[in-house]
Amino acid sequence: MKSASGQEKSIVVRRFDPARFVALVRKESLQAMRDPSTLLIALVLPLILLFLFAYAVSLDVRHVRIGVVLESPGATARTLADAFSGTHYLDVTFAYDRREVAGKLIAGELRGYVVIPQNFERHFADTGSPLVQIITDGSQPNTANFVANYAQGVVQTWMASLTETMPMPAVQLEPRYWFNPELASRRALVPGAIAIIMTIIGTLLTALVVAREWERGTMEAILSTPASVLEILVGKLLPYFVLGMLSTLIAAALAVFLFNVPLRGSLFALLVLSAVFMMPALGQGLLISSLARNQFLASQLALFSGYLPAFMLSGFLFEIDAMPALIRAITWLIPARYFVSSLKTIFLAGDVWSVFLPDLLGMATIGLIFFLIAQRYTRKSLE
Amino acid sequence: MYPVAALPPSSAAEHDDTAIIIDHVDKHFGNVHALRDLSAEIHYGRLTGLVGPDGAGKTTLMRILTGLLVPDAGHATLAGFDVVANNDAIHVVSGYMPQRFGLYEDLTVMENMHLYAQLRGMDAGRHIDLFTKLLDFTRLAPFTGRLAGKLSGGMKQKLGLACALMARPRVLLLDEPSVGVDPVSRQDLWRMVQALTGEGMAVVWSTAYLDEAERCDSVLLLNEGRLAFAGPPGELTGRLKGRSFRLEAVGAQRRAVLAEALDLDTIGDGVIQGAGVRVVLRAGAGPEKIQALAGRVGARLTPVPARFEDAFIDLLGGGPGGTSALAERLSPVELTSDIAVSCHNLTKRFGDFIATDNVSFKVHKGEIFGLLGPNGAGKSTTFKMLCGLLKPTGGEAHVVGLDLRRAPGIAKAQLGYMAQKFSLYGLLSVRQNLEFSAGVYGLDSTTQRERIEEMIRIFDLHDWLSAAPDSLPLGHKQRLALACALMHHPPVLFLDEPTSGVDPITRREFWTHINGLARKGVTIMVTTHFMDEAEYCDRVAMLYRARLIALDTPDVLKRDAASADRPDPTMEDAFIHLVETSALTDEVKI
Repeated sequence: MKSASGQEKSIVVRRFDPARFVALVRKESLQAMRDPSTLLIALVLPLILLFLFAYAVSLDVRHVRIGVVLESPGATARTLADAFSGTHYLDVTFAYDRREVAGKLIAGELRGYVVIPQNFERHFADTGSPLVQIITDGSQPNTANFVANYAQGVVQTWMASLTETMPMPAVQLEPRYWFNPELASRRALVPGAIAIIMTIIGTLLTALVVAREWERGTMEAILSTPASVLEILVGKLLPYFVLGMLSTLIAAALAVFLFNVPLRGSLFALLVLSAVFMMPALGQGLLISSLARNQFLASQLALFSGYLPAFMLSGFLFEIDAMPALIRAITWLIPARYFVSSLKTIFLAGDVWSVFLPDLLGMATIGLIFFLIAQRYTRKSLE
Repeated sequence: MYPVAALPPSSAAEHDDTAIIIDHVDKHFGNVHALRDLSAEIHYGRLTGLVGPDGAGKTTLMRILTGLLVPDAGHATLAGFDVVANNDAIHVVSGYMPQRFGLYEDLTVMENMHLYAQLRGMDAGRHIDLFTKLLDFTRLAPFTGRLAGKLSGGMKQKLGLACALMARPRVLLLDEPSVGVDPVSRQDLWRMVQALTGEGMAVVWSTAYLDEAERCDSVLLLNEGRLAFAGPPGELTGRLKGRSFRLEAVGAQRRAVLAEALDLDTIGDGVIQGAGVRVVLRAGAGPEKIQALAGRVGARLTPVPARFEDAFIDLLGGGPGGTSALAERLSPVELTSDIAVSCHNLTKRFGDFIATDNVSFKVHKGEIFGLLGPNGAGKSTTFKMLCGLLKPTGGEAHVVGLDLRRAPGIAKAQLGYMAQKFSLYGLLSVRQNLEFSAGVYGLDSTTQRERIEEMIRIFDLHDWLSAAPDSLPLGHKQRLALACALMHHPPVLFLDEPTSGVDPITRREFWTHINGLARKGVTIMVTTHFMDEAEYCDRVAMLYRARLIALDTPDVLKRDAASADRPDPTMEDAFIHLVETSALTDEVKI
């Protein structure tokens, strides 16, 4: 073998060259701005989600449709029936025969009904306690519970108003809910929605754009230049980091000005939290893209490993404390969990750094782990 | 022309012009042995062709040389740098153009060039002269503001070349640069690389078109991961001196003559060339038998210069025989009319874009009719309208007298269709694929059973029945695809790019079947971008930019392109001649 290695000169390529980096960032920004689907995911999708969570999803029970069947003709029974229509939590349909409402319950038009029976007056006069029957739709357990409890509450209140002569109890319980006095679920949902939006941009978009480079063959051409993996990947992340922060600001502005969610903490803290959350979000996107080299697979992985856990296990929609122990343990691995906890705090309570700091630490740690694994798997080769 | 001289040759190059050393390189991908113990050298100042059929290992070798893949065993050095140990340096001294267009389609020509300049550590402001020269060299100057995705195939390759040259590389690696490029632009690419090698650069041009090998200074011929030949192409064709002949003006019997010739034990290879038949003698065989055959059919036997493809087939031990077991079984096709396929003013628009513009022709029963043209010329669109897969915007198309607009279902039952890349069902076994196509054409169950058994027997698929199509050798895969398309014995067969990505031996076998079918009266419609394959056709329709620019026999088309300095033009020459005379060369036209 003839050897040309005797006169090997050394050519040193810098790991990180600012000029190359700027070129890559510029390229990525131009592409992001020209691609309508990027803008759609980054700016329009968050808006749709925010409106959806603010208006369509409600965990509050209001205006539940129930029936009240007044079978007893007495005046006392009528005052009880009136008591049901006096609350905005219930939408009451009156009837004089239970057969009228039973069909509606089966058809799903009513969530339950209260029967004030024929012998109500006599029973009340004899025993002093009201006799009512409450029938609920057990196929929606939460609502059924609510109807049962609330109907009982109405009956008790009605009783109390009848016996005004009774002495007041020694302790008057007056519940007060902190941070969200009206218990409006929108106030808890909208801040949490920001975490979902950031997960979509950070993880889904990043995974997609890197997979697209593999799919279109542009990665092969870029890899054959002196640009390093570090430059290529960071050059890719930076524009999406900016896009993600922009999205956060838009979402926060909407939350405050349109949905009347108070921002009790500072904008600075919100930006710090968001910036740190972008670490695991982008890191996860990068990790997915190093494993999946086509856009379809990348988007599926991003949905199942990023979006769904952020949705279900972050405490955004379902309270973590109410989950079984095993699932509760898993939530510690979901970066959105930390972000949602901090977001709720910053919007509804204020700058509570004793909450933020552990959350920041959690997010940064998970982010770092993602980046380390992604770096291990993304090599400057085609294998 | 190009300022490559700016790079001083390495000190080694002064007394040693070796640019690339490949030393016992081996590469596996799972079970696939892509490169087997490959050793070769590539030199500065020469155009080296990396030639071989698809799957020979060309791209793998290219990627190893650019440091994008690591060999399992062996070493490779490029410009004195080890591709693994000195990976960074490889990316500085080499320019690489991947097989697929690797530039950003949503960036403009200029933005792509700027990106690559900056990645190569160059500043557009300080290197205005380089930009000007590159734009001049590639003739892309009028298009700097156009998005790369909106360029024609040829212009894309030129932009890719400009970006690869941004490095002022000492070694330029081009992976199949001529795929998807029309013959006119291809000429342009040749001109450019010849200018580059003239200035001392080492240029590697990989290609599956064996005819391109003859244009290279030196050739590395790969087959199944092994080096089959290294050296000047003339050296290989020289070995076949005196073994290539043409039976002139055989005319209508040429298919029968070819089949007979291929069945002779002295003939290793044969193809149809217009009205003639071109044959290659086996090593050591005398011309007596073929001379006798020529005498019997009254044709003149003339010696012709050997081609690179002759030599390649010879290296592989010759092509298949001439008898098609398939055609033997088929009963002759009877049609009421002599016209099997026809179209009149056929037009297809996609929005503003006209893909097929007023195309009219008639195809006779038993004719092999070729639709020829570069990618994007409109042949696929025209083809799809003719077999009822696309609805025309205007005009009409008939198959065996049936209007594809009024009776698409009945018309489709009269035709067999073999799509590009065979389109077999990967998750079904070979037998299930056969059963599916028998079922989908609505054959009754007795006929289904008979036909399937028949196809298995004819195409020798017994041992593969429960295998997945993708695990089949390429030749068997092609047989299966053909079997599926012919299950209902259609009088008209549509073949869309049937031989792209197929090695020359498998192509020979394929054409043996097609010739046999045509002799039984089956009408064959075929699209191809292999210009030399058009020689098998009775008549060829040349499409360019959505329009029919010529329609005639291959011999007439070639004769029209003949000139004093090109007495025996190829089909590609004929195509270039047609394009030039039809005054459509102007790339500014959108």
